[in-house]
Amino acid sequence: MITAERKPIEELIQSVKPYRSILLAGCNECVTVCAAGGRKEVGVLASALKMHFLKAGKPFEIQEITLERQCDPEYVEQLASNLDQVDAVLSMACGCGVQEVARRFHNKPVFPALNTKFMGASERQGVWSERCQGCGDCVLGYTGGICPVARCSKQLFNGPCGGSSNGKCEVDPNVDCAWQLIWDRLKALGMTERYEENLPAKDWRPAGGAGPRRIIREDMAL
Amino acid sequence: MENFEPVILAFCCHYCAYTAADMAGSMRLRYPPNVKIIRVPCSGKVDAIHIMKSLEKGADGVYVAGCLEGDCHFKNGNGRATHRVEYLKKLLDEIGIGGERVEMFAMSAGMGERFAQTATDFTEKIRQLGPNPVKAAPQNQRAAG
Repeated sequence: MITAERKPIEELIQSVKPYRSILLAGCNECVTVCAAGGRKEVGVLASALKMHFLKAGKPFEIQEITLERQCDPEYVEQLASNLDQVDAVLSMACGCGVQEVARRFHNKPVFPALNTKFMGASERQGVWSERCQGCGDCVLGYTGGICPVARCSKQLFNGPCGGSSNGKCEVDPNVDCAWQLIWDRLKALGMTERYEENLPAKDWRPAGGAGPRRIIREDMAL
Repeated sequence: MENFEPVILAFCCHYCAYTAADMAGSMRLRYPPNVKIIRVPCSGKVDAIHIMKSLEKGADGVYVAGCLEGDCHFKNGNGRATHRVEYLKKLLDEIGIGGERVEMFAMSAGMGERFAQTATDFTEKIRQLGPNPVKAAPQNQRAAG
């Protein structure tokens, strides 16, 4: 999933301060799962902002809505009826959702309520870790299902480096050395011969090095 | 301020604090009528949104009362509630309402006296803090919000 965290409340207050009424829009997908921008978080943030402005004696109205997805035009369209009554939108979606709302409603200011972090997995309750950088040319099949792009601090394709110590990374001792994990896993699978094969230098163009990426599926296009 | 009678909500776990309140009654212990008890199946059932909405709608103080550490009927609901209350304290400080208006307490079903004492102490603390600042806003603004 795409993970995110709520921005500091002070920053959000500054974003919406100039307006009398805003629409606070959550998203039912990834940011709901990582408890950053779902219906519940929309309710808590709306309540917090309302209380802050009530205390400050500033007239302020918030409408709450949580879309099925904010990264799809058909769902974003559902905001149209609400937008006439508000001065701005505060989006609790990831960066994709914020931009989709901004694209559709070009005459309304849209502000992000979250800092979008990474594509990750839930390690345990309340902990998410980066697992994928969307590099566009997956090598997990060669590396025992552990990604050297997202999980090695140096993105080495033929690791580990000299900074691997007791299975931990020199960049941060709380981070597992990805290449230690890869080796352990290949050993467990009886596939250590994979480790002997040098992976060639990576072509970073599909990873975004050739500019913003898009997928075109002609079989699906209307 | 002299006549200020705080409105206090107490989310009480069915397996401990709610029974402790019952025990306090059986023991004929007095505690302030300001405390309105809401029975919940576990303190872990209380979400941030419940506490925030309580304050937004004008409660002066809110507390969650769950089982003693390690005694949760559902294993660790009380731990979850504790973390949520801690999170909300920070948020309430940041928005200027004051984190001291929410609290987490632990007690067992047999602690009638502790229930009454907690209710009395918390009510007194909120009385000292004064009314929830949200209530000072003009009525028309609150309705609009």
